[in-house]
Amino acid sequence: MTGSPSEPYDLAVVGAGPAGLAGAVTAAELGLSTVLLDASGRPGGQYFRHPAPGLGATRPGALHHDWPAFTALRRRLAASDVTHLAHHHVWTVTRRAADDWTVHALTGPDGDDGKPVRIRARAVLLATGAHERHLPFPGWTLPGVVGAGGAQAMLKAGLVLPGRRVVVAGSGPLLLAVASSLTAAGAHVPEVVEAAGYLGYARHPRALATNPHKLVEAAVHGTALARHRVRLRPRSAVTAVHGTDRVEAVTVSRLGPDWRPLPGTGRRVPCDALAVGHGLVPQTELATGLGCATRRTPDGTDALLLDAWQETTVPGLWAAGETGGTGGWQLARVEGELAAVAVTARLRARPGLTTGRRVRDLARRRDRMRAFAEAMAAAHAPGAGWTGWLTDDTEVCRCEEVTAGRVREAVDDLGARDARTVKLLTRAGMGWCQGRMCGAAVAALAAAGRPDGAVPPSPARRPLAVPVPLAALAALPEDPDGPDGPEDH
Amino acid sequence: MPLSNSPDVIVVGAGVVGAACAYYAARSGLSVTVVDRGPVAGGTTGAGEGNLLVSDKEPGPELDLALLSTRLWRDLAAGLPDGAEYEAKGGLVVARDAARMTALRAFARSQTAAGVTAQEVPADALHDLEPHLAPGLAGGFLYPQDAQVQPALAAAHLLRASGARVRTGQEVTAVLTGASGEVRGVRTRAGDLHAPYVVNAAGTWGGEVARLAGAHLPVLPRRGFVLVTEPLPRVVRHKVYAADYVADVASGSAALQTSAVVEGTPAGPVLIGASRERVGFDRTLSVEALRRLAAGATELFPVLAGVRALRTYAGFRPYLPDHLPAVGADPSVPGLLHACGHEGAGIGLAPATGLAVARVLTGDEPPLDLRPFDPGRFTGVTA
Amino acid sequence: MARTPADLAGAEPDPPFEITFDGRPVPALPGQTIAAALWGAGILAWRTTRRTGRPRGAFCGIGQCFDCLATVNGERNRRACLTPARPGDTVTTQEGHGHDRLAV
Repeated sequence: MTGSPSEPYDLAVVGAGPAGLAGAVTAAELGLSTVLLDASGRPGGQYFRHPAPGLGATRPGALHHDWPAFTALRRRLAASDVTHLAHHHVWTVTRRAADDWTVHALTGPDGDDGKPVRIRARAVLLATGAHERHLPFPGWTLPGVVGAGGAQAMLKAGLVLPGRRVVVAGSGPLLLAVASSLTAAGAHVPEVVEAAGYLGYARHPRALATNPHKLVEAAVHGTALARHRVRLRPRSAVTAVHGTDRVEAVTVSRLGPDWRPLPGTGRRVPCDALAVGHGLVPQTELATGLGCATRRTPDGTDALLLDAWQETTVPGLWAAGETGGTGGWQLARVEGELAAVAVTARLRARPGLTTGRRVRDLARRRDRMRAFAEAMAAAHAPGAGWTGWLTDDTEVCRCEEVTAGRVREAVDDLGARDARTVKLLTRAGMGWCQGRMCGAAVAALAAAGRPDGAVPPSPARRPLAVPVPLAALAALPEDPDGPDGPEDH
Repeated sequence: MPLSNSPDVIVVGAGVVGAACAYYAARSGLSVTVVDRGPVAGGTTGAGEGNLLVSDKEPGPELDLALLSTRLWRDLAAGLPDGAEYEAKGGLVVARDAARMTALRAFARSQTAAGVTAQEVPADALHDLEPHLAPGLAGGFLYPQDAQVQPALAAAHLLRASGARVRTGQEVTAVLTGASGEVRGVRTRAGDLHAPYVVNAAGTWGGEVARLAGAHLPVLPRRGFVLVTEPLPRVVRHKVYAADYVADVASGSAALQTSAVVEGTPAGPVLIGASRERVGFDRTLSVEALRRLAAGATELFPVLAGVRALRTYAGFRPYLPDHLPAVGADPSVPGLLHACGHEGAGIGLAPATGLAVARVLTGDEPPLDLRPFDPGRFTGVTA
Repeated sequence: MARTPADLAGAEPDPPFEITFDGRPVPALPGQTIAAALWGAGILAWRTTRRTGRPRGAFCGIGQCFDCLATVNGERNRRACLTPARPGDTVTTQEGHGHDRLAV
């Protein structure tokens, strides 16, 4: 069957969010044999996450402004020849040649059903999205403190809330969307606490003017929030969480322009949950493991470096959506489609595909939205002073319970200047999540030891993208990426 | 422009060997600057498991270096914060069948004659030492002198204890020499550093540093992968490995070789090695290497089958063709010393290497015969 | 205005079933993950950390942070935010690494 050594798929797409869905259906419609692997049980990714059928949601799109766009993609998927492999957690991608790839995946909701698979393809499109960026603060490990994106995900898929009175805090456009969802679902959001000043957007009027949908979105959220009497607190941050076994209140402090908390400005806000996040981090490890180059985005994350046709610096490997820098679902969809066109043009030797009017129009839209995304990112880039709200006993690494004090010791006393060295000396980033939660914070603390204070690029080096049972590794056939290749799919 | 405060010695390399050289040189009264293009422990040190082994070494110069290091590490660890996770856990080498047990017995006997403590463990006593070991093994040998440190912590704390000036993130781009070819210092992007002695402790990159000085040292990278599990309680007490490991270490083959090496850590995860292959500085994941590591580890400890690997990393052992490090003065460049090429044993051999280098620098008698480690042995020129 | 997330989504779920958390019954709806069922019952923590024994629960909600690890039907280290709840599941607070019985 397709995917076996004798007949590999033309294209393997990793991730079934807007970028991956658009890429897979476009490729299939252009005649490529396509497989779509996704960790989730249902397509949609994080943005279009929605309840399982058992919950019987008659209005599954109530939490999405753009639900019809998703259902359109879903219909195209159903009508296509795409092999959709749900509950497939890709742990690595290996390359024998530019047109000979193997995708290794664990299966099951938690990757735990003991039947790992390998899939061969002639090209790979990574659409692995992003996870939330977190900047620690005292008390952020207390139950009731959840990721803003996490609260949103649990609400969209499970129809549950972390509390009744939820402060939303951090930085970035997601906060307004989360506050708006939470209030719509019955929670009271007393405040949205945003570290940036929002004035940042004003410096990029052109990017705003050419992306009117973003203004509409903001206006919709703004109106909803005003109706629910949600106070927006710019240039502020949660600098402490109170409670013993769960959240009882937070302290909100005003920030200086570099995000340093201003002494004496703390206000106590009672709440039973806090949803917090500071933007998104592209999930690039499958690509960086293969040697793909990255670029530093204006908000300080490392995104894949892509050419005009969404190809990474490793030929045969394409990427679309947040892996190339946070930009929202519409940009992701456009990039997915562009990538599929480019892959088809390459594999079928049809360069003409890339010169059509529709494709040129897509590329223009991509460029416009990307420019807006970069402006947005610049406005929400963490100020260097944020580490001022960390006390020495604030846990930075949640998995290994490593405090800011220990990280600072590694920097001040032992000469660590980058996240990797801090990790080696303190274990920060060595636990279950492999630094996904603490990476940004550790890099910032390490940069304090550098003469220029600049955070050095440290694209994630995670050769195992998800934890892999030793039994699954041991049971692989000999030379799994060798000339005889995968046989099990 | 020369940077101020010229030291007596510049050590190139902030790994564990460079740290040990700095430590012993400073203790001998020399002022030391350590330069590295990367961070502390950024090369092979940071990718090592921290083994301080005598068990895998046949009688000869490397074993002598290891035995001396074993003693030195005990003293060093006592003076470092938290002992850099030093653990005198002992090594347990197991034989799968009677033939391998016979070979292991002969090997252990030869080691004992050279000063190693090795105790035969009959098959029925293996599980008293390691309750989770697979059934059906033919027996083994316990090596109480084998120990472990957390290598990055050990290097960082040794460097700090040395009091040396540490310049990380500064790549050496040239070795400065005088009229008669003698070493005068090094050039970095941040400026020139002057000193009458330069110690090449650049590990796997030692060949490049040698070349900058006009010397020749054929150091090659020999890649190894380590698999790291989720945090566990103590499930493996010793460093446990199959007797085949010794043959792999001694081999010069470029092809992938693996033998199961399994050990716990104070922090929780179990570390699984060891693979060896010569593929240059390629960091790309080898699924085949991981498959073999996992298969070997679960064969020795079936209980690990249900445990998950959280991460894996590649390291590049500095390999010299005769498997011995280069320690001592360069025969053709006055003032240049080498302390590199320790292959997979650099953590273990670091203190004896550092002490020997310090003695050479001060003109004192080295703590052991350095002739087998003569850096000139690859060119025919001897110091 | 919707008073609950279920109202908002117009949920008409199949009949709820029961799972247990540390022995106490917790209702779950078909299609919910274990984390969602626990949140629905007001339970925010089902793990204690291995060094300081502090309580933890779901944080990232999308399987990335591994803070929601729980012991489910005796299986350790299951991500509660990804694992679907099934009738009769027994969820227990996971202490530390969850592998105490392997200690030698």
